[in-house]
Amino acid sequence: MEYSYDNEQVALREAVNGLLTRAYGGDQRRAVTAADPGFDEKTWARLAEMGVLGLPFAEADGGMGAGPVEVSIVAEEVGRALAPEPFVESVVLTGGLVAAVGTAAQRSEVLGPLAEGSSVLAFAHAEPGTRWSAAARDVQATPAGDGWTLTGVKEPVPHGARADLLVVSAVADGATRLFLVRGDAEGLTRLGYRTHDGSRAAKVAFAGTPAALLGEGNADRTGAIEEALARASIAYSHEAVGAMEAALASTTEYLKTRKQFGVTLNKFQALTFRAADMYVSLELARSTVLWATLVADAADGDVVTAADRARLQSSRAGRHIGKEAIQLHGGIGMTAEYKVGHYTSRLTAIDHQLGTGDWALSRLAAGVDGYQTVDPLV
Amino acid sequence: MRLHLSPEDQAFREEMRTFFTTQVPQSIRDRVAARRELSKDQLVESQRALNAAGLAVPHWPVEWGGRGWTPLQRHIWHEEMMAAAVPPPLAFNTSMVGPVIASFGNQEQKERFLPATANLDIWWCQGFSEPDAGSDLASLRTTAVRDGDTYVVNGQKTWTTLGQHADWIFCLVRTNPTADKRQRGISFLLFPMDSPGVTLRPIELIDGGHEVNEVFFEDVVVPAENLVGEENRGWDYAKFLLGNERVGVAPVAMIKRLLAQAKEHARQVTAGGAPLALDPLMAARIAELENEVLALELTAIRVVANSADGKPHPASSVLKLRGTELQQAATELLVDIAGPLSLASFAGEGSEVPDWARVATPNYLNYRKASIYGGSNEVQRTIIAGSILGL
Repeated sequence: MEYSYDNEQVALREAVNGLLTRAYGGDQRRAVTAADPGFDEKTWARLAEMGVLGLPFAEADGGMGAGPVEVSIVAEEVGRALAPEPFVESVVLTGGLVAAVGTAAQRSEVLGPLAEGSSVLAFAHAEPGTRWSAAARDVQATPAGDGWTLTGVKEPVPHGARADLLVVSAVADGATRLFLVRGDAEGLTRLGYRTHDGSRAAKVAFAGTPAALLGEGNADRTGAIEEALARASIAYSHEAVGAMEAALASTTEYLKTRKQFGVTLNKFQALTFRAADMYVSLELARSTVLWATLVADAADGDVVTAADRARLQSSRAGRHIGKEAIQLHGGIGMTAEYKVGHYTSRLTAIDHQLGTGDWALSRLAAGVDGYQTVDPLV
Repeated sequence: MRLHLSPEDQAFREEMRTFFTTQVPQSIRDRVAARRELSKDQLVESQRALNAAGLAVPHWPVEWGGRGWTPLQRHIWHEEMMAAAVPPPLAFNTSMVGPVIASFGNQEQKERFLPATANLDIWWCQGFSEPDAGSDLASLRTTAVRDGDTYVVNGQKTWTTLGQHADWIFCLVRTNPTADKRQRGISFLLFPMDSPGVTLRPIELIDGGHEVNEVFFEDVVVPAENLVGEENRGWDYAKFLLGNERVGVAPVAMIKRLLAQAKEHARQVTAGGAPLALDPLMAARIAELENEVLALELTAIRVVANSADGKPHPASSVLKLRGTELQQAATELLVDIAGPLSLASFAGEGSEVPDWARVATPNYLNYRKASIYGGSNEVQRTIIAGSILGL
């Protein structure tokens, strides 16, 4: 087991950090997230120029051919900067599904423009009532001529209103399959709205909407969706680690400078001990999340279980650090003007996007009797 | 960044596993696995088996029996040893006084003490804590007054673990009571426990066991040649000793062994006609603990991998803090799985309560110590807040 970054990985982190610090180092985020699409198209284009939006895809598909470790580095920097660009949503999750399931022609048609920054993707999967299931339930797919039509409602769909292309899960003959739907397709209605963390989501309704099957054959895609969700949730966990790190840094800085009762707050052990506990949570989460990325990077890893483990640890840590960061800041932490509360909001959104810690725990608990010990040294 | 061990480290791990599971007497390993106390003879036998194979002091300088392993190999050595329920080499010897003598002792002291210390021919105990010097160790009051070629020691130590077995004590004593900083008046002294004027009084703990003692010194005469390093520099050596260990700070393999046992017992204990293991709350509690231990183990590996330059990784305080908390949580879990059987702590022959359930509560009570010794968890939080967060 080897836990250090190579020079290229360090350079990637510095480059993304530099770009996002320039974009969001001040209070730009409030203005950017106040207007649709909730992120900055120019920053998105710069990320594309840097190669970040094609990072995990094969070079033959228009990507950079990098792996989960590089993805995790970008996700951490997105989290640290609290950048609202949909890196995990559009690139890792939705692009990841196309890369995993799409035909060669679909991969280059879809992933090329994604990598170039000219096409934003969204995965329309959640349905009211499905609660983090990998399978679709109520959206139906019906064969129509050479293609398909979709009927039903997906909600909430992250960045669903802005997306140029949607990947949609739907039921056909009792199996969950994946489809591509153009943003300007007939019979597609999108109701976009702002989410609490400044991001965007949408209700996406299909009424006989034309769709193309993603990939070939009649295979049920629940397993592929489960794996893509797992990979995305590992990336989200890294985004969360970046956010936690920033929230803790903001908190310690505040404790060192804010004066009450004539002294700086770091004179109060009741506060510094709580900051120490935040650090403990952060480091334990970081270790687990890094390990999950190495599992995702290995040819023989159990990505789904590793993602559950990362999610459980980062969910617990994110709640702990997010709540304490506000509390230790006091009233200022409650204001929209100050950044720290937005980290907490984003951590809360990440936690509920693909499944909370409790949800992961119930999956882990169901299998706990099937092995003797957990052994990461393999 | 790589998930898998290198082929060399995999082979190394296999070698360690084979040794520990075949070359240390099964009766000793069974007793450790059963969480029962070991006799002095058993501990000595086990350490000598390790030492004969070059596995007692791998972290020492090579000329004194060290192996020059990588930090990851030392980690693997430690974890495989603990996983096989092999009693680790006596920490007072191999992790504490040994490295201090090897680093700060003179050649004569090294030759006199190091081989015997590695082989547990000398059993050392630690004379640090005093009734009024616990977490605030620098306030210690035991004095050593120079008198020609000797020191005369007076005072009292406490919490002296396994002092009843000890041949020698390494002791922090105040040699300069008027030093401008109290840390600067302390020296590091070695002397036999059977020196005239040394008396030992056992302290019974809440689990009914006897592992710690008070030690009293009344005009104990110690040859000046038993001073380690320079006079009044003992605090530096003590700090070196306490900060020396980076491998095995968190008892990961021991906790994993406890959790594996807990799962096994939860399958056997029935609740409402079904195995307790099937109770969703119990399964969730075990699964969450396992995940916490995984996070701890991975953090330990990160710390080990990043301490190649010889300096402790700042996160090692996390290992002590969280390691002891999880160790305690695992012992608590076993008490809860035992349920009412846990009351039969001291049942003897003829009782139907299985042995694991009998030891559960004394063990749980005993391990409350873990968050107090070796720098209490409050001290660890102070270190994290101060050294890492700059607060």
